[in-house]
Amino acid sequence: MTSGRRPLLLAVRGVLAVAALTCLAGPWLFDANSLSVLTEFFIVLTLALMWNLLAGYADIISVGQQGFVGVGAYAFFGFTALAHLTVWLAIPLAALTTLIVAVPVMAVIFRLRTAYLAVGTWVASDVLMLVAGKLPGFGGGSGTSLPIPVVKQFGVRLGDRIDIFYTMSLGLVLIAFVATWALLRSRVGLGLTAMRDNEEAAGAAGVDLIRTRIVCFLWTAPFLGLAGVMTALEKLRVAPSASFNITDWTIDVIFIVVIGGIGSLEGPIIGAVVFFVLREWLAGFGAWYLIILGAISIVVILFEPRGVWGACRRWGVPDLLPVSYGPLALEPQNGSPPSEEYKDKLPIVGPRLERSARR
Amino acid sequence: MVETFVNLIVQGVLIGGLYALFALGLSLSLGVMRFVNIAHGDMIVLFSFVILSLTGALGWSPFLVALILIPVAFGTGYVLQRFLLQRTVGKGILPILLVTFGLSIIIQNGLLEAYGPNTRKLSGGAIELAAFRVGPIDIGVYPLLVLGLAVALIAGLDTFLYRTAIGARIRAVSDDPAAADLIGLTSARIYPIAMGVIAITMLAAASCMSVWTNFDPAIGPSRLLAAFEAVVLGGLGSLWGTLAGGVIIGIAQNFGSQIDASWQILAQHLVFLVALILRPQGLFARG
Repeated sequence: MTSGRRPLLLAVRGVLAVAALTCLAGPWLFDANSLSVLTEFFIVLTLALMWNLLAGYADIISVGQQGFVGVGAYAFFGFTALAHLTVWLAIPLAALTTLIVAVPVMAVIFRLRTAYLAVGTWVASDVLMLVAGKLPGFGGGSGTSLPIPVVKQFGVRLGDRIDIFYTMSLGLVLIAFVATWALLRSRVGLGLTAMRDNEEAAGAAGVDLIRTRIVCFLWTAPFLGLAGVMTALEKLRVAPSASFNITDWTIDVIFIVVIGGIGSLEGPIIGAVVFFVLREWLAGFGAWYLIILGAISIVVILFEPRGVWGACRRWGVPDLLPVSYGPLALEPQNGSPPSEEYKDKLPIVGPRLERSARR
Repeated sequence: MVETFVNLIVQGVLIGGLYALFALGLSLSLGVMRFVNIAHGDMIVLFSFVILSLTGALGWSPFLVALILIPVAFGTGYVLQRFLLQRTVGKGILPILLVTFGLSIIIQNGLLEAYGPNTRKLSGGAIELAAFRVGPIDIGVYPLLVLGLAVALIAGLDTFLYRTAIGARIRAVSDDPAAADLIGLTSARIYPIAMGVIAITMLAAASCMSVWTNFDPAIGPSRLLAAFEAVVLGGLGSLWGTLAGGVIIGIAQNFGSQIDASWQILAQHLVFLVALILRPQGLFARG
């Protein structure tokens, strides 16, 4: 609570803002190769934000995220290549399809709780993948390429398409981020933060646990579907093994969130940066990068359960992207973030309590 | 037609014995320690590769190798629980899931680095091909022995848990860790023993699987899913239910495989999901 912290906070937020602006100007600044890597980064970060929302707040550990990613990719292929809709109509329809598919999936697997639910999501996504491999017109088990006319709608030249895919994935991650931040600051989010810190106490205090879980689960579906659309565009094809890939869309994502810091908005961003750097370093070592990530994540869970960001918080770094309210700020400012004057003087409720809480 | 139908069911029951072996350890870890070991399938595959290496080095039968590995398996489970998994006890479900998840990825990719991606199979000798006819149906001697082993292991574990002093202690800790702690039964002493026993069931599953089917470093997750479905189908805390669940999975797979390979897995999942909708507590749930 020292005043010396404020310049640091402003500086780090400044760096974040500059980074975001640099990303916006990306097509003019970076070469095609960097743009492709960044496109992938934004897709994976979107997935990480969604996984973190479920696991970090709603206590739903999903090992089946790849299921909805694949549904989004396949729906996009169906609406464009088979139904011949324009791509700009097909993209929102793909998000809608993912949401519609998520409803019955949720209805079945929510009969399972905690550890069972985790494996249940895995079974559900396996079913979605196997069904996708059976759909007529989608190339069966080996998949098929997006037709050239569909791809050309994003630009005739390859360079144009790289730019537009980059911009779309950046737009997706920004929307996902802002929307999730808004959700966490809403009434539902207050309940979610309470659930993160102590589920039983949250339930006793009047948080509707089931309804909150349902909102969260359905919230992630369209974003996962849109990420799926981007994966189809990035690879220019759909295939059960690629579109529903558990390593790319779930395992990597779990490592990202766990290492970066589960149950915070900063964590997935830090984790995604760490992941992409590590992957570049270990690119020549085959399966070793997954072994090393697995080992790191086990160490993190045992010794610093809130990841890199949790460690930063303990050393006194304030919330860069606050989702909690200071107790006094709530009253005068109803719904808006606590002002900077208040911020340093107030105890921040969530992070301080959580080390003594259940996890 | 009827013959084919009966044959599919009989063969399904037989392969159900193998699935029950996969599921036994998971049923115990869910029933006793109340967690899903995500690395369950991968540990079975790891044991299969250890048997593969030792069979190659010593030139012995895989079953003999498995027999001498029993203490090693118990030790592995004991050490794993005592020094790694025990650290997550009492911290909720998230840490244990994520630790076993990390373990699963390490085992899978470690095996991939050590043995390469090729599929393997061990030879069990003449017994593999031996069969006898009952009416129009061929029954393999080896599948029947595996089913017999599954039944014997379940009966043994049931006796162990419900008739022995150590079994009573395990159940006490499982029912109420805090109360058991008060009378000197700490989970730190009891859970490692349970995990050691679980690892022995994994070894049994590994030795039976490595002779029966092909295996490669990547098949762990599919074994985990089958085992999980068998446990949930059968109902929690019921080892005989797990056997029934394994048999149902085996029959569903056999009918699905009449169409094609992906229907084999799809049929297995669909039976599980339908059962989950109709009877979420499982078929033989124990109070």
